[in-house]
Amino acid sequence: MVQPLGYLKESPSQTAGPYVHIGCTPNFAGIHGIFEQDLGAGPLYDEKARGERIAVNGMVIDGGGNPLKDALVEIWQADADGLHNSPSETRGTADPHFRGWGRSPGDMETGEFLFETIKPGRVPFRDGRLMAPHITFWIVARGINLGLHTRMYFPEEVEANAADPVLLRIEHRNRVPTLIARKEGEGLYRFDIRLQGEGETVFFDI
Amino acid sequence: MKNERPETSPFFARDRDQHPPAYTPWYKTSVLRSPQRALISLEGTASEITGPVFGHSRLNEFDNDLILNYARPGQMPIGPRILVHGRVMDERGCGVDGALVEMWQANAGGRYRHKKETYLAPLDPDFGGVGRTITDADGYYWFKTIMPGPYPWPNGVNDWRPAHIHFSIFGHGFAQRLITQMYFEGDPLIPLCPIVRTIPDPAAISRLIAPLDMNATIPMDMRAYKFDIVLRGRRSTLFENRKEGN
Repeated sequence: MVQPLGYLKESPSQTAGPYVHIGCTPNFAGIHGIFEQDLGAGPLYDEKARGERIAVNGMVIDGGGNPLKDALVEIWQADADGLHNSPSETRGTADPHFRGWGRSPGDMETGEFLFETIKPGRVPFRDGRLMAPHITFWIVARGINLGLHTRMYFPEEVEANAADPVLLRIEHRNRVPTLIARKEGEGLYRFDIRLQGEGETVFFDI
Repeated sequence: MKNERPETSPFFARDRDQHPPAYTPWYKTSVLRSPQRALISLEGTASEITGPVFGHSRLNEFDNDLILNYARPGQMPIGPRILVHGRVMDERGCGVDGALVEMWQANAGGRYRHKKETYLAPLDPDFGGVGRTITDADGYYWFKTIMPGPYPWPNGVNDWRPAHIHFSIFGHGFAQRLITQMYFEGDPLIPLCPIVRTIPDPAAISRLIAPLDMNATIPMDMRAYKFDIVLRGRRSTLFENRKEGN
């Protein structure tokens, strides 16, 4: 016998279910009067924030090609200088006018999510190499048993993407484009997330 | 918030045997929503091990009182009154302070307040079914609510969800993000539920079942259930290979 290590086990995940919006975006779900506004709603910046304003929209698509209409998508990202608005940020103080976190329900009719944010700066990988600018995504919905982590990269960052230590870790190179958004206009990006099948988005075990 | 330096090391690798796999065909909606390719494993970078802070100042007085936060003046929802309380900890047993805990549930009849919900049980005009709170310095949280009812759902021809409360928990890092459900001790529907049975390990299931806690019951008012939640732990910073100046 040896001493027990004594670690606890992480609580098991359960699906967010069809009514995740009641809990996470109640005003969007039509429940008014409890919270003034939904957490994570609206632009991630205020008018004084530094950086290029961008909009990211997209859909979460199932293995049958159907957009999910009950998903909840969250993003987390660095500010224009590559700093996170978090107490765990040790490299400097992030822009106080940029909160870095957003939450968007898919539209109930179309499934489209939307984030109004800024283009992030570069953040170092664990060994100090700079990663290409990216936005971290987390997706939950009915039928998703454990929330899915992925990342969105920017199509114009060709050189930085080619040297990105995370993208370089993807063995099947034809899957890398699933993480790169499409530019649809000035400051307008589209990032569709495919849960399964052809073009399945790369998801991370972080 | 504790008056300590925030932690900046990566999280323990996630033990996926504690969680449901993505593809669980007896829970039919998972069939087309489950990734089939292997996940790409990645030690957490600053993009995943950091996370936002949710200040206590964001909360209103009744955010964690689902009995009162939607009720009309002088009214209260119908159903058994309960207190749900517990701690949010990490895998090291440390309380997670400042964690955002959001909860949502059906009313006592098993009906959700949602426009896509079609179950014939009635809405309760005094029950919204949503609340939130933020853990204190020890990771402790509580909220008051009405015991949710079980309800049927379209999966198999006769599937019922056990009474449950949905939880969304946001700890200190984006990689700690977790959504789960709390079940109630003694509910005979728990072992029958296809969603519960997405979790392969019976011991893991038992960690989602809240026991009746008579010591926390408020006499002549409400019973209490205790529900502890465990988020991923962080590696020790003492043994990190760090560059000079970090």
